[in-house]
Amino acid sequence: MIQSVFKFIQNKLIQTVEALGEVILFSGKGLQGFFAKPFRGLELVRQFEFVGNQSFFIIALTGLFTGLALAFQVYMGFKVVNATNLIGPVVALGISRELGPVLTGLIIAARAGGAMAARIGTMRVNEQIDALDVMGIDTYNYLIGPRIIASIISTPLLTALFDFFAMAGAWILVVQIVGLDSAIFWDRIDQIVQVKYIFEGLFKAAIFGFVFSVICTYRGYHTKGGAQGVGEATNKGVVSSMVTIIVLDYFLMNLIRMYYHLIGVSS
Amino acid sequence: MTDLRTQLENKEVFATELTDIWKSFDGGNSFVIKGLDLKIPKGSLTAIIGFSGTGKSVILKHILGLHRPTKGSIKVLDHELGKMTDQELVVFRRKFGVLFQSAALFDDMTVLENVCFPLIEHTPLKQEKIIEVAQEKLMQVGLAAAHFNKLPSEISGGMQKRTGLARALALDPEIIFYDEPTTGLDPILTEMVDDLIVETHKSRPGTTSIMISHDLAAAFKIADFVAMLDAGQVLLSGPPEVFFNTDIDLVKRFVNKGMKLQ
Ligand SMILES: Nc1ncnc2c1ncn2[C@@H]1O[C@H](COP(=O)(O)OP(=O)(O)O)[C@@H](O)[C@H]1O
Ligand SMILES: [Mg+2]
Repeated sequence: MIQSVFKFIQNKLIQTVEALGEVILFSGKGLQGFFAKPFRGLELVRQFEFVGNQSFFIIALTGLFTGLALAFQVYMGFKVVNATNLIGPVVALGISRELGPVLTGLIIAARAGGAMAARIGTMRVNEQIDALDVMGIDTYNYLIGPRIIASIISTPLLTALFDFFAMAGAWILVVQIVGLDSAIFWDRIDQIVQVKYIFEGLFKAAIFGFVFSVICTYRGYHTKGGAQGVGEATNKGVVSSMVTIIVLDYFLMNLIRMYYHLIGVSS
Repeated sequence: MTDLRTQLENKEVFATELTDIWKSFDGGNSFVIKGLDLKIPKGSLTAIIGFSGTGKSVILKHILGLHRPTKGSIKVLDHELGKMTDQELVVFRRKFGVLFQSAALFDDMTVLENVCFPLIEHTPLKQEKIIEVAQEKLMQVGLAAAHFNKLPSEISGGMQKRTGLARALALDPEIIFYDEPTTGLDPILTEMVDDLIVETHKSRPGTTSIMISHDLAAAFKIADFVAMLDAGQVLLSGPPEVFFNTDIDLVKRFVNKGMKLQ
């Protein structure tokens, strides 16, 4: 009994490591494919448009409301201890380092990542990928690479957009709704929020963009069996991207702190 | 001496030579292809037939270099595929044209763009010239100009097949492959596609056509060389007559069944 449980866990573990290895290999081929000839500029622009431009509105909207809600909670807490001049910096820190990259990553993973898995999965089951293969087109260069690169670039840009709208939301709540002075809101932001924190968030966003695009294109690329398979690939791609982003966020945070420690900067 | 001579002869005669091919997808526990030998004459219109699941598509993918055999040698147009890198295979595949079962058209491109695609990718031709060649190929397979700027979803199944064939012919391939070209089509469309295959074959002397089919009547009618697969091996191969004068029981039953269905 115990042995079979042990065996089960062992097998699961081996499977997970194998799967991880395959995904890493896939991402390597995708990146290598992108930098191989020919340069797929048009495809890159298309993917860029697809990931970036079409997500503009939802990111702005979610950013705005996240800012509103977060600022309200922080206000409720800080009002009690007479620290309303810290609402601005605390919200700014939370948004730029955590909520901005994570929420943007999650939203883009669900929207663009899901669409990537569905698109590539459809191409797989309709034999379009086989057709590219026999036509002598490197599918990593043509399909996978541009999607990964476009996601790596777009996600931080969208995160910056999210940050901007979230801060706008927070400002609206603090100044327009609660009625505090605008100067109090901005008072200590530039003192506490360093530029490197913003970049830290954008760096994480780039990693999240890499992660969801690799997972989702991998799922799509390995779709098996008909339309049902495409649905499954999309579903699994989105769910594992989201989970990975949230788990990875924690480890990245530690990694970044370790890095600051190493170069002797306070975090 | 004799060996050398047959080798020299083979060089001219066969479009593909598969020798003792074994293929396992699960690292050697079960084999899908079990010691298969198959030589397809150059310039022939070959039909590969057999029950579903006997490995026809897997063999096709081996010839295309999409799968590598676990063991065995594959020679295509005198090149040993096993000695080529993936990169070399990518280039080599330009000698192939494939019509897929589902036509496999790129659904975000128009009919014309689909046929232009391989030309844009693989030739240095100017855009006008590319469009000219693509239009010519589409005319050859009998597609009217009125459909050139439609998306694949806006044309009928028969037109999709024609477009797929035009795309396969775009680079003037030396071998044209058809994977189950008529499976799932109605009788009228089936006849149209069969005729298209024969016409295409006849209009390109020297080109080898390899068709996978489970439509026996059509296979025997249009092919001049037939190979029957069973359980990952070639049960019998040769001109169609061979199949009607055989003692192999399974072949007899398969042929009788297939011809009766007609
Ligand atoms: N990529 C693959 N991985 C594992 N098994 C496969 C793969 N492709 C085909 N097979 C198996 O090989 C056998 C032959 O398949 P196939 O060549 O598609 O048959 P058919 O003669 O109908 O075309 C089937 O049992 C199929 O399940
Ligand atoms: Mg098949």
